[in-house]
Amino acid sequence: MIWDLLKARWRQGHRTVKFPGPVALPERFRGRPAVDASKCTDDCRACAEVCPTGAVKPGKPVALDLGKCLFCRECAAACSRGAVSFTRDIAMAARRREDLMISSREMDLARALDGKARKLFGRSLKLRQVAAGDCSGCAVEVAVLNTVVFDLARFGIQFVASPRHADGLLVTGPVTDNMREAMKKTYEAVPAPKLVIAVGACAISGGPFAGSPKVHDGAESTLPVDLFIPGCPPHPLTTLDGLLRLLGRIESK
Amino acid sequence: MNGNLFTPLRNGQVLEEEKIPVLGTVNAFTEYLGLAMAEGFRLAAYFGRRIDGQVKLYALLADDEDGRLWMGAAYASESFPSLASRFPQSHLFEREIHEQFGLLPVGHPWLKSVRLGSPDATSFFRMDGDEVHEVAVGPVHAGIIEPGHFRFQCHGENVFHLEIQLGYQHRGVESLLETLPFSRVPFVVDSIAGDTTLGHSLAWAMGWESLGGARVSARAEALRAVALELERLANHTGDLGAMSGDVAFLPSASYFGRLRGDFLNMLLELTGARLGRGFLRPGGVTDDLPAGMAEEFGKRLKVLRRDLRDAAGLFFETPSVSARLEGTGILTPETCRDLGLVGPVARACGLARDVRQDHPFGYYRFNHPPTVTVEGGDVYARAMVRWLEIERSLDFVSSQIESLPGGELRGECGPLAPDRVGVSLVEGWRGEILHVVMTDRDGKIARYKVKDPSFHNWTGLSQSLRGQSVSDFPLINKSFNLSYAGHDL
Repeated sequence: MIWDLLKARWRQGHRTVKFPGPVALPERFRGRPAVDASKCTDDCRACAEVCPTGAVKPGKPVALDLGKCLFCRECAAACSRGAVSFTRDIAMAARRREDLMISSREMDLARALDGKARKLFGRSLKLRQVAAGDCSGCAVEVAVLNTVVFDLARFGIQFVASPRHADGLLVTGPVTDNMREAMKKTYEAVPAPKLVIAVGACAISGGPFAGSPKVHDGAESTLPVDLFIPGCPPHPLTTLDGLLRLLGRIESK
Repeated sequence: MNGNLFTPLRNGQVLEEEKIPVLGTVNAFTEYLGLAMAEGFRLAAYFGRRIDGQVKLYALLADDEDGRLWMGAAYASESFPSLASRFPQSHLFEREIHEQFGLLPVGHPWLKSVRLGSPDATSFFRMDGDEVHEVAVGPVHAGIIEPGHFRFQCHGENVFHLEIQLGYQHRGVESLLETLPFSRVPFVVDSIAGDTTLGHSLAWAMGWESLGGARVSARAEALRAVALELERLANHTGDLGAMSGDVAFLPSASYFGRLRGDFLNMLLELTGARLGRGFLRPGGVTDDLPAGMAEEFGKRLKVLRRDLRDAAGLFFETPSVSARLEGTGILTPETCRDLGLVGPVARACGLARDVRQDHPFGYYRFNHPPTVTVEGGDVYARAMVRWLEIERSLDFVSSQIESLPGGELRGECGPLAPDRVGVSLVEGWRGEILHVVMTDRDGKIARYKVKDPSFHNWTGLSQSLRGQSVSDFPLINKSFNLSYAGHDL
């Protein structure tokens, strides 16, 4: 028995990804979109017309709201000039909602918490996840951070069961009417100072469910949000990157 | 069945609305449903639709042995007779009709809201007694998990009864699918249940194709089946890891956790997204599996099979693990039949229910993995069914990608035909997914009905807790691993 255990352990090998550092994602992976407005013509609205969530704002320069983006590549396919494309860059978390509007200039990625907050949370961050109407796509891609592959605990970040033990909430989902009260109560149960992290298009803008009378179009409708992590769902490394930027473990320019 | 009052159809078939027989009275309709269920027909769907100020009730009965579905309808005003006391498989459907259309199922033994649509959601079945106590959990519970409320009636550790109240994830999926412009529809479908993106989007695409008269090439059908099996592989592997974690057997918990991700990464390579979002569209698929990628997948699947066998060997052969799994959370085949359970949960009770075999669709009409059943109905059986299905799906994917048929990736799908009804069933990794799409005379969506397998199986979970220790709930729950979002819609 013990030999089987050891043999399996040896064969399974070391599986934890080196991070932060360069990551190789497959060719078809749709990471942060890039906009090259110099390629746009004056009254072209092709990309905006096909966007399912109205994430593309036509004009000069064309702008793309990462908070609404579902990373479906319809815009890139609709543009004959290649003004919109999807890079393989996983980094795209932001501290302010307006920073998610990207255009030709470089994106302002999330900056670290300042002074006291960073001192408090920088080396140990405990989060309570609240699914508020998520399809479970974001939840499973957050849960995966606990596997040996991403090994979240090595960064001092941990998901806890009770909001009383937490430094903040990680919210997924568009905030359904049915879950709003429970989310508020969970937030109130977290001792101050506390953080709120909105993960995924739903938690940022309502995502595909935006405008449904049953949802509130994101966490900001109800709570102050400190970090926005776009995606539908975000790749686990996008979430990890965002968390590490917030804690100052990855420097943003 | 003798004297059929309903009309037969096959999975993926489209019917003209007027071909669906409308019974004279709602009493005759429910009486017929009762007769059919007494003969062993399974209630696959039962739902309402508003037409000209009236509510029309539709039922879909499944004859799994014959591979046919039977559909019929009746108009109802204010009320209809409940069948739930005699045929518990109808209980949640009736509650849903009550919640969505305000019709009263007369004689329903436990009529309350399904998705928190009315204040009765907070009144729970209670037992009285000096030593009876209640345990209330949720909607926010421990771990990274979706919300739901669980109310246990206990005596010490022993559970007499568990009532589950869901609805916290309700986003209004069905009405969004009926009203949104087409550009947004695929994305709502992808997000019905995010861990079953491929299952739900396949059921949706099939329905759309049947009404739009699209032909899907053999290659696209094969790629759909490969992607659907990869989704099954990822989730079954993840479930075995979660069960390992709940019995605190860490070696297989961490191995299965990593291996699940390897399947998702294959989906990422194929579809551009780990959960397969955006891959399926009416008419076909968006991305190809070129020869080089197929060869690479083949090699990787061999290594994955070896690693999975190591992890499963440890899990199933460690006595302290078996001791926790065996005899825990038992469901009998009778209960399973009565409640109309589906998927691996039913197959772990020895019932060979599998849409891929019973109502084959797409590529599975030519070739499908053999259906696996295990006797026992306990956590061990539910774990073992998953493991055996992992092996079958590995065989299937490995052999299919070696010789993919030719054909275009995505064909044209025309506008939806007016006054039609399309029914599509898919065996998702949790079991039978059913979508019904109905158009009005202008070809617009008049009603869209979604049924996730969890809609049936949640009641199975609460039954399996009876007489169990409350501390075994997390383990039993993981052995079902049902969808909250898929149920809540």
